Amino acid sequence: MGDAPAAALAIAATVAVYLVAQRLYARVRHPLLNPLLLAITTLIVLLEASGVGYERYDRGGRLISYWLGPAVVALGVPLHAQLREIARRGRAMLVSILAGSVVGIVSGTVTALLLGAPRALVLSVAPRSVTTPIAMGVARELGGIPPLTAVLVISSGVLGAVAGPALMRLARIRSRTAWGLAMGSAAHGIGTARAVEEGEVEGATSGLAIGLMGLATAILAPPIVAALLKLFAVR
Amino acid sequence: MTFDRRAIIAFAGGIVILLAFLYAGNALAALLHLPLPGSVLGMVMLAAALHLRIIRPEWVKPAAELLIRHMSLLYIPPGVGVMAYFGLIRREWLPLVAAGVAGMVAVMLVVGLLQQRMERRG
Repeated sequence: MGDAPAAALAIAATVAVYLVAQRLYARVRHPLLNPLLLAITTLIVLLEASGVGYERYDRGGRLISYWLGPAVVALGVPLHAQLREIARRGRAMLVSILAGSVVGIVSGTVTALLLGAPRALVLSVAPRSVTTPIAMGVARELGGIPPLTAVLVISSGVLGAVAGPALMRLARIRSRTAWGLAMGSAAHGIGTARAVEEGEVEGATSGLAIGLMGLATAILAPPIVAALLKLFAVR
Repeated sequence: MTFDRRAIIAFAGGIVILLAFLYAGNALAALLHLPLPGSVLGMVMLAAALHLRIIRPEWVKPAAELLIRHMSLLYIPPGVGVMAYFGLIRREWLPLVAAGVAGMVAVMLVVGLLQQRMERRG
């Protein structure tokens, strides 16, 4: 198959799987049937079974994911609509995000260190708690493996979107701005895709959290990771 | 979905605006060496432009709403990309899974609970 038909087929398959997953989720509403998780697993199984492989699939796939850029920009619309609400809580948000960023760097890094992960892996885990392009940049800077970091970011995002709402219900997080901020900082863009389902406030604060969290982590990760490596005597 | 001409033009115009802000964000991030993706800068700049009434909401709304509603679709290809690293994941699955889960849960609870508590007090 030539490039263009293969790409067209990949796009058609992705959209078809997405639509079916959406329908199913609308009917059953079980968090494990999260449409994104379902679509990803279905496509991986299809690609493995047919032997097409990721590289050929991605010729079409990247034409879809290209629109992530404009979609993140589009979050400026709900952000503008919620500006007043957000500005009123601006200082609290900065404090929460700073704490979240430190906790994100420390928790991931320490867990990996305690489990005896090799150095390169620890350095790939450290920037896990921010959106993919930032995380990969930070991983490169630290000396980790950027694609591995991307895998971690995406799986954390899916986990956050799937398990996050239940976790926050258990923790009694009811404020809509706190819900959105927590979703965006723990599950980035994928969490934000889930947050916009919840409502405009959640979507806007979640989108904002991606940016704030990314900025804080890009600045804080290098010194914190260096200190932790010294503490655990990893060379 | 209705296909009248005006709606299509409004939609296309919205896409052009979003792309313009995306590329402006990319350029700004590169120029200032900011550790942020251009899209996040573009988001903030778009909100600012709407606030300053440089851009009217109705110019971007149809396109923005469609992209936001189907944002999950756009994450499918990068999600499928996980399969390219199955070998590495199989070798090091325990620290990877543990660090991922611990990090996600810790960040979500700290940010959510702290934010909620401060909002109640403030």
